[in-house]
Amino acid sequence: MKVSELASIEGFGTIALPDGEREISGVYIGDLLSWVMGRAKADDAWITIMSNINIVAVASLADVACIILAEGVQLDAAVTETARSKGVNILSCSMPAYEAAKTFFEKL
Amino acid sequence: MAEALTFHYDVDGENFTSAGQASVQVKKNLRQLGFDPETIRRVSIAMYEGEINMVIHAGGGTADVTVDDGCIEIILTDTGPGIANIEQAMQEGFSTAPDNIRTLGFGAGMGLPNMKRYTDYMHIDSVVGEGTTITMKVNY
Ligand SMILES: Nc1ncnc2c1ncn2[C@@H]1O[C@H](COP(=O)(O)OP(=O)(O)OP(=O)(O)O)[C@@H](O)[C@H]1O
Ligand SMILES: [Mg+2]
Repeated sequence: MKVSELASIEGFGTIALPDGEREISGVYIGDLLSWVMGRAKADDAWITIMSNINIVAVASLADVACIILAEGVQLDAAVTETARSKGVNILSCSMPAYEAAKTFFEKL
Repeated sequence: MAEALTFHYDVDGENFTSAGQASVQVKKNLRQLGFDPETIRRVSIAMYEGEINMVIHAGGGTADVTVDDGCIEIILTDTGPGIANIEQAMQEGFSTAPDNIRTLGFGAGMGLPNMKRYTDYMHIDSVVGEGTTITMKVNY
């Protein structure tokens, strides 16, 4: 599934979508950044409730397809702007992490 | 590669919002040089963990990256407090990160293990009270 397709599913929304054509191949859930760095795979959708600026660099360097901010967590405008300029996709999601992942796999 | 390419970065120990910039720049350079995504990813992850460690634990430092035939070498140097027990620091889960850093998502004690895991060679040289130099190599 493309990131832009996931963004249009009910419960998900777009925060920054500089590379919406990117394909998602799996899911990683976690909030501790070094766990994400070590365990997420390239092209995963990374589901988290962390919203500080460091998530943008982590997503870019770990080469994940997108960040999904679960539980309706909001993002500062400055972080959104950085994500856009670094080519990092960020989606919003009103659901908890488990339901977000479940919905993704159901719609595959 | 006729001649080795070298990149030098100063890593600011004060600025948390820009932490990781040197790694982001190296990723960009490797991409422009046409490296495969997996090699870029390994270098990016290992260097980011080391860069963040210099910011959190050592008040900043320098990063030197050399792209040579078949090997990318990363040398991170700081003049921070040093690491008293390297074996302990290398264990998954060991961290001395303060609470304000942990709320940002750091401090899992996984950075050094990740650096080891994603590189073909890693060596830590550290003297308490003087600083730390970490050398990593990724073969391609
Ligand atoms: N450059 C350094 N200077 C001084 N101490 C360091 C340095 N790098 C690591 N350490 C020490 O080694 C410990 C383990 O480092 P490691 O990167 O594995 O975990 P962390 O930085 O605490 O957490 P994480 O990387 O998971 O966010 C640190 O908590 C710190 O005590
Ligand atoms: Mg660390």
